[in-house]
Amino acid sequence: MSKPVIATATLAGCFGCHMSLLDIDERILELIELVEFNKSPINDIKTFTKQCDIGLIEGGCSNSENIEVLKDFRKNCKILVSLGECAIMGGLPAMRNGIPIRECLEEAYITGPTVRMNTKKILPNDDELPMMLDKVYPCHEIVKIDYFLPGCPPTADLIWNALLALVTGDELKLPYEVVKFD
Amino acid sequence: MKEKVQNIVKKFHNDRSRLMDILLDIQKDFNCIPDEAASIVATLLNMSKVDVNQTISFYHFFSKEPVGTYAVYLNNSAVACMMGREEVARAFEEEVGTSFNSVTEDGLIGLWDTSDIGMNDQEPAAIINGIVFTNLTPTRVKEIVIGFREGKDISEMVDKYGDGQNSNELIRSMVNNNIRKKGPVLFSEYEVGMAIRNVANYSPEQTIEIIKNSNIRGRGGAGFPAGLKWEFCCKSGGEEIYLVCNADEGEPGTFKERVILTELPMLLFEGMIIAGYALNAKEGILYLRYEYKYIKDYLEDVLQQLRNLNLLGNNIAGKGGFNFDIRIQLGAGAYVCGEESGLIESMEGKRGEPRNRPPFPVQKGYKNMPTVINNVETLSSVVKIILNSPEWFKAMGTKESAGTKLLSISGDCKHPGIYEIEWGMTINEMLEMVGASSVQAVQVGGPSGVCIDPSQFARSISFEDLPTGGAMIVIGENRDLLKEFVMNYTDFFIEESCGSCGPCRSLTVILRNKLQKIMDGKGVKADIDELYEWGNYMKQVNRCGLGQTAANPILTTIENFRPLYDSLIKTDDDFVSTFNMEKAVADSCKYVGRVPKL
Ligand SMILES: Cc1cc2nc3c(=O)[nH]c(=O)nc-3n(C[C@H](O)[C@H](O)[C@H](O)COP(=O)(O)O)c2cc1C
Ligand code: SF4
Ligand code: SF4
Repeated sequence: MSKPVIATATLAGCFGCHMSLLDIDERILELIELVEFNKSPINDIKTFTKQCDIGLIEGGCSNSENIEVLKDFRKNCKILVSLGECAIMGGLPAMRNGIPIRECLEEAYITGPTVRMNTKKILPNDDELPMMLDKVYPCHEIVKIDYFLPGCPPTADLIWNALLALVTGDELKLPYEVVKFD
Repeated sequence: MKEKVQNIVKKFHNDRSRLMDILLDIQKDFNCIPDEAASIVATLLNMSKVDVNQTISFYHFFSKEPVGTYAVYLNNSAVACMMGREEVARAFEEEVGTSFNSVTEDGLIGLWDTSDIGMNDQEPAAIINGIVFTNLTPTRVKEIVIGFREGKDISEMVDKYGDGQNSNELIRSMVNNNIRKKGPVLFSEYEVGMAIRNVANYSPEQTIEIIKNSNIRGRGGAGFPAGLKWEFCCKSGGEEIYLVCNADEGEPGTFKERVILTELPMLLFEGMIIAGYALNAKEGILYLRYEYKYIKDYLEDVLQQLRNLNLLGNNIAGKGGFNFDIRIQLGAGAYVCGEESGLIESMEGKRGEPRNRPPFPVQKGYKNMPTVINNVETLSSVVKIILNSPEWFKAMGTKESAGTKLLSISGDCKHPGIYEIEWGMTINEMLEMVGASSVQAVQVGGPSGVCIDPSQFARSISFEDLPTGGAMIVIGENRDLLKEFVMNYTDFFIEESCGSCGPCRSLTVILRNKLQKIMDGKGVKADIDELYEWGNYMKQVNRCGLGQTAANPILTTIENFRPLYDSLIKTDDDFVSTFNMEKAVADSCKYVGRVPKL
């Protein structure tokens, strides 16, 4: 039997969840034995080359591209997992949800304390750029998500245990330390 | 400003625990609590300003910005909406020229939504500058707004007074009592002071024994045996013991306490004095919801009459050492302050956030001393138990529910109002009594209770079957149960959650959005299952009764009206997204000046 195929993506996230995945340390060698990676920033494969078994999504949806990528993952993965707080609830990026989009753009491109070069006060509006959404959406409001791994980021052990359970079909081990956050 | 604020703080002896009263006075004098006033208060009370601010921000009737020279607080609870609240709200907006939850530019008129104000039998109703206006209509709204513009005094605008003591010169309110059925306990004739003189002949222990023997259970909702509560409190061994009467009456649909406070305040205070004696408490506090402020002067006067009769104060009824006095503590608009430990926090001048229990209030309550908190109706009933006998009391009602119950009945019925019934009455009997036909559902016990369907109308109103704090809302056949009730009540809990517990703060909103999704025809079967599963989870993970029952409107309608939900599910798909790209990018594209590429 061929190895299960995994794909991963980061949407409106900070890459911390991917870092946590790498935090499984030497178990990564074991992982490579167990699974095959397809589209993922880890191996820099940019497009799906085959149907995958598991898709791990970090980050919520803040712009139109996030939505497209997420929908593409849903199409190409049998099981989709929201990895971390941002994917599950929007996380830190969702802090902007209460603020009018106009104010967010102004702060980021015109009035913010770190804006120095934008003397012409241009707001990015090139057609090639993704369009900003009215708010940051959690992934499960856009597509069906099968599993949720909480944490910011989820601990390496939680990700490892979950992947192992998905790949082997064994029961997921969830010791208290793995899902305790404070 | 400084001098004015200083005087107010001084009036309450620079006592931090009286922060509520201090802020209430400031709000009244300045029509808001200016930031500068908050700073002055903080300095004088030797508190951090953040602490003052967090109390201010907690309560609906405190505001940092002016709320309008005329501030209209219009009830938005379900029964108000049934009776035409929306038309009244639109009329206000049109006449005033501003939308709800804002103030006109000239600062003259503010329009505000507010949670249930205890007037379900005469809705739509609003509180304007502390005065209650009932049975509002768009025409009446026009007159009222003209009055505002003419600068009339608000009390001049009350055109006719309600029945009974509502026309008393200390109340002068248009509120009606709507007493429809007088029962043998609360509304029977009695001689003022007799019960107090009787207990003065007993020991406190004997008094508690009598109350225990009567099997009276708390009327505020939870139904804890009152005698046992008193006994636990006495055994806690604090230096001082406090008695608190809970007149927060915040559960949408209940208004019985409004009537007791208006018509039977002597009875209530006598009950408090008897409890005070049994507990050996020296101080009793009546926690009165802000919405009932219009009765406060009258209540103060009744207290003075009791003092004049030597039934309150020192050596009551001539008994040496029987010292007890009562003060009234006003709330400032927060449903959760009806929860006993939230109420204590509020009485101490803090945010009304419920405490972790244990310790229970009977162990460590007000000012960390053992405290008994009883409902208005519980304490009023005590008097008649003393005057008659525990056996007399137990002979009424059912085995586990002794005595009578005051019901506040409203909604689709001919005779909304107050009914004192014996426990054990069935819902069918009740519906007949109030003149209701073609009933789709009855909301028993308010939003935190249960919503039952006609197949259950043979059930009885009692602790063993259908317990209730007294709110009964009759829902007619033609009502949209989900939109008019379940949604309204869920919004109520969202608004009133104190925010301490994550699930109570957030899951309520998630449940609401899911319900909206289903109502919009975008739900899938899994959404109903999740509503139910997550709603049940709320019972286990929240600190107080508010969060534990906040999903009840959803849960009990899924249980009893499942076809309503099923009929809204339009697809066999297992997932439907409500996301709409066009809408989601419209604003940002417009602002940066590009055409959305969809
Ligand atoms: C959110 C919430 C609101 C409550 N509101 C009231 C209220 O307005 N009046 C009341 O008597 N009890 C209310 N209760 C119940 C009180 O916590 C307490 O049980 C009651 O006042 C005790 O008095 P009793 O034993 O005489 O019923 C509320 C409870 C919760 C959880
Ligand atoms: S959940 Fe935390 S670690 Fe993961 S992307 Fe969001 S912010 Fe980063
Ligand atoms: S359950 Fe809700 S209202 Fe009660 S303490 Fe928790 S957050 Fe506050």
